[in-house]
Amino acid sequence: MSTEAPARPKLTKAWTAAEPILEVRGLKTYFPVTAGMLQRTVAHVRAVDGVDLTVRQGETLGLVGESGCGKSTLGRSILRLVEPTEGQVIFKGEDLTRLGAAEMRRVRRDMAMIFQDPYASLDPRQTVGEIIGEPLDIHHLYTNKRQRQERIHELLRVVGLNPNFNNRYPHEFSGGQRQRIGIARALAVDPSFIVCDEPISALDVSIQAQIINLLERLQDQFNLTYLFIAHDLSVVKHISDRIAVMYLGKVVELAAAGELYRSPKHPYTGSLLSAIPIPDPKVERGRQRIILKGDVPSPVNPPSGCRFRTRCFKAQDKCAQEVPPLDTVDGHEAACFFPLQGDER
Amino acid sequence: MADHLLEVQDLHTVFPTKDGVVKAVDGVSFHLDPGETLGIVGESGSGKSVTVLSVMRLLQRPGRIASGRILYKGRDLAKASDPEMQEIRGEEIAMIFQDPMTSMNPVFKTGWQVGEPLRLHKNFDAKKALKEAVGFLHKVGIPEADKRADQYPHEFSGGMRQRAMIAMGLSTGPNVLIADEPTTALDVTIQAQILDLLRKVNHDFGTATILITHNLGVVAGMCERVMVMYAGKVAEQGPTEDVFANPKHPYTWSLLRSIPRLDAQEHEPLRAIEGLPPDLINPPTGCPFHPRCPFRIDRCIREMPPLEPVGPTQLATCWVTQAGRDLNEAAS
Repeated sequence: MSTEAPARPKLTKAWTAAEPILEVRGLKTYFPVTAGMLQRTVAHVRAVDGVDLTVRQGETLGLVGESGCGKSTLGRSILRLVEPTEGQVIFKGEDLTRLGAAEMRRVRRDMAMIFQDPYASLDPRQTVGEIIGEPLDIHHLYTNKRQRQERIHELLRVVGLNPNFNNRYPHEFSGGQRQRIGIARALAVDPSFIVCDEPISALDVSIQAQIINLLERLQDQFNLTYLFIAHDLSVVKHISDRIAVMYLGKVVELAAAGELYRSPKHPYTGSLLSAIPIPDPKVERGRQRIILKGDVPSPVNPPSGCRFRTRCFKAQDKCAQEVPPLDTVDGHEAACFFPLQGDER
Repeated sequence: MADHLLEVQDLHTVFPTKDGVVKAVDGVSFHLDPGETLGIVGESGSGKSVTVLSVMRLLQRPGRIASGRILYKGRDLAKASDPEMQEIRGEEIAMIFQDPMTSMNPVFKTGWQVGEPLRLHKNFDAKKALKEAVGFLHKVGIPEADKRADQYPHEFSGGMRQRAMIAMGLSTGPNVLIADEPTTALDVTIQAQILDLLRKVNHDFGTATILITHNLGVVAGMCERVMVMYAGKVAEQGPTEDVFANPKHPYTWSLLRSIPRLDAQEHEPLRAIEGLPPDLINPPTGCPFHPRCPFRIDRCIREMPPLEPVGPTQLATCWVTQAGRDLNEAAS
């Protein structure tokens, strides 16, 4: 965005924009569960348990699921903010899981993250200028102080804040304004890929649309690629080109946003869609609802076979015995032996 | 007007702070009829929770009711003594909260807690109260209710704890159930379960329900009437279908257009509400929504409009619609 920012670091391999910007292959992230005086590992939380995903240059891939499904861990594993246990994360042709600390720092100039809680993710003792300037310092993105200051002012303007807010502290701002500061910090390194982890969930309803519109405008302006993680399917459907639905550490369905809404294939997607209230009494009263039984099982001991089978209204014996692969069903990718038919949606 | 089960008239609730007095509820009036479901919608700080906490007389000090009447079956709860309120709370009006983890006592077994209102209000002995509690846990859809009654709240999932809270609220057969953001802390599929349960409770027990939420979709599916609040004041109220189809307050109108809808056919940019939520210590002059209002006229900056009928079924605090302008037409 700034003409004065130094050129992007060179890639080790040739990568062209026609190829996917990100490919996740067989990714697993397990967290140990320890017990006893010696803190021996007795089990693992399988937060992400074998995920394959492709993100195309310039698109928004939505990632939805309920709490504990592993969507945030997946986002963090991609940026290696948590270390994946197994699998590959190929960003612009490079496998990030094989990179050392110095190389990873170089790659992080091209990717950023926007966090959920604008209250917790900004250091209360730093001024806005310091918060946004920090990535510029770390990556040496200026040659003199004046250039640094101009860049901070530019970033504040880009996210719709007054450049004179530079010397203020986060507590002086509302939730929506703080999220704008978080977005400015993410943009500071001029990234091409941003993981947005529930960026509007903590905001007031009347502010959410401002931030969604800002993210969409920035995407056009700077040709950004987003991985947009959220639990609110209406928001995800609005902002995403394609949507991946996660359940207990696995992707169960992946399709174009409108397509996923019109004809879900996986019973979990179908019930998730039917559980989202629509702000229209006429539509809402006439809706068929699929009310799922029970709660999400523990990711320490997930059910055998299909992980959704314990709550699924279509489950049969086969679902307990075999793990359904993520296969193509009518243009969707869905991991289900008995996908939804026309009249079941 | 004596028919209303609950009628709140011109309620003012204030919180003195070192920076000034916060008028958390500033002249709110509404009513609730037997068996109906009323939604109260608003953002954080709109005064929706403080309104019902005032009704329950559960305000945290230094918050207090400055003026207004809260008529329940003809009695003014704003003036009721503490012993009188203790009788009404739980027995006549029950309340469930957003986070069932913090509203249950972690050191008592769930069955004991669910039976507490029965021991207090109906003088049941421990054994009889527990038996009834198990019955209610079963009615709210908790499997193996007898075993679950013997467990502590932390052994329950979020959805199950909320079911247990609802069982506790219902055990004494109250006339009014107040649910303050009962599903906000829950996942959507669990939210659907709890909303389904609240619908059943309203239908099977005939309990009048006040449902507080920030989610317009939840209101659309659950409530016959709705009251929209902004900055401690009523923006508008009326039958849910009318308010959603033809809002009479610009805040409601703007809010409905700013949220993405799952059933939207095409991608259109959201019409965001510009500006910031109001500062309650230094609220704007006149109508609190005027700095963000696309329909503002000069009078809105100077004078707060009263809550008056606009159209056959709705009430609104807006000079523009009270003068006869239709917001849907004015915008097009």
